[in-house]
Amino acid sequence: MPLSAYLVLAALVFAIGLFGVLTRRNAVGILLGIELMLNAVNINLVAFSRFRADLAGLIFTLFTIAITVAEVAVGLAIVIVIFRVRRTIEADHLDLLRG
Amino acid sequence: MTAEIVGFWVAAVVLVGASLAVVLTPNLFHAVLWLAASLVATGVVFLLLDSPFLFAVQLLLYAGGVVTIVVFAIMLTERLVGESIRQTSRFVFNGAVLAAAVFVGIASFLLHAPAVARPAVSGDQLRELGRALVGPFAAPLQLLGVLLVIALLGALYFARTED
Repeated sequence: MPLSAYLVLAALVFAIGLFGVLTRRNAVGILLGIELMLNAVNINLVAFSRFRADLAGLIFTLFTIAITVAEVAVGLAIVIVIFRVRRTIEADHLDLLRG
Repeated sequence: MTAEIVGFWVAAVVLVGASLAVVLTPNLFHAVLWLAASLVATGVVFLLLDSPFLFAVQLLLYAGGVVTIVVFAIMLTERLVGESIRQTSRFVFNGAVLAAAVFVGIASFLLHAPAVARPAVSGDQLRELGRALVGPFAAPLQLLGVLLVIALLGALYFARTED
């Protein structure tokens, strides 16, 4: 398969993840959409690395995966704290800072 | 070559289908399970790109670790059975238009790009990867370890009990 096939696949997954981020009401659902978007980026990095025979893409992918795990841990901790305080994780109800 | 084409289309269909299920299914718990399927399909795409090591990392960290954490978060915040886990979406039309516009924008740009020949696999990729991680990328690797420690300490700090 040509390089563009992998890139178009990644763009499709990215768009689907963006749709999820925009439409989910639940904070955990929004995080799942972000996961999809980051995943699409990883496909891009690995595809470019393979087709350019450059190892840096693989290493960036390893870093992205590790940072994503950290992001999920912190994000879900925040979600749990919000749930403990407000008893909801609906993003629409969390408007404490709205002026 | 044929095996790669067949594998690509199978992985692509599973990946796109599972991703659509993640964002469309009303049950959040099912969405997490679809996310696991989507992450495994991504790992298969890595295999097709001759990166078996990243396939293993993807399975261990993403499909194993992230999905477990998210399942725990759902169990802590919502009851597993009952109405509360069902959710409706908002702005479905606007979100679909925007996501489709982003996809069309990227894809139309990509399809005009010149084709690149796929170079042959050379040498032991894993050995090269290990050497690069302790050679030119040693400092970022250490910073990554610091970041992980800080992130986990932060998560512990957020989730601690008040006492």
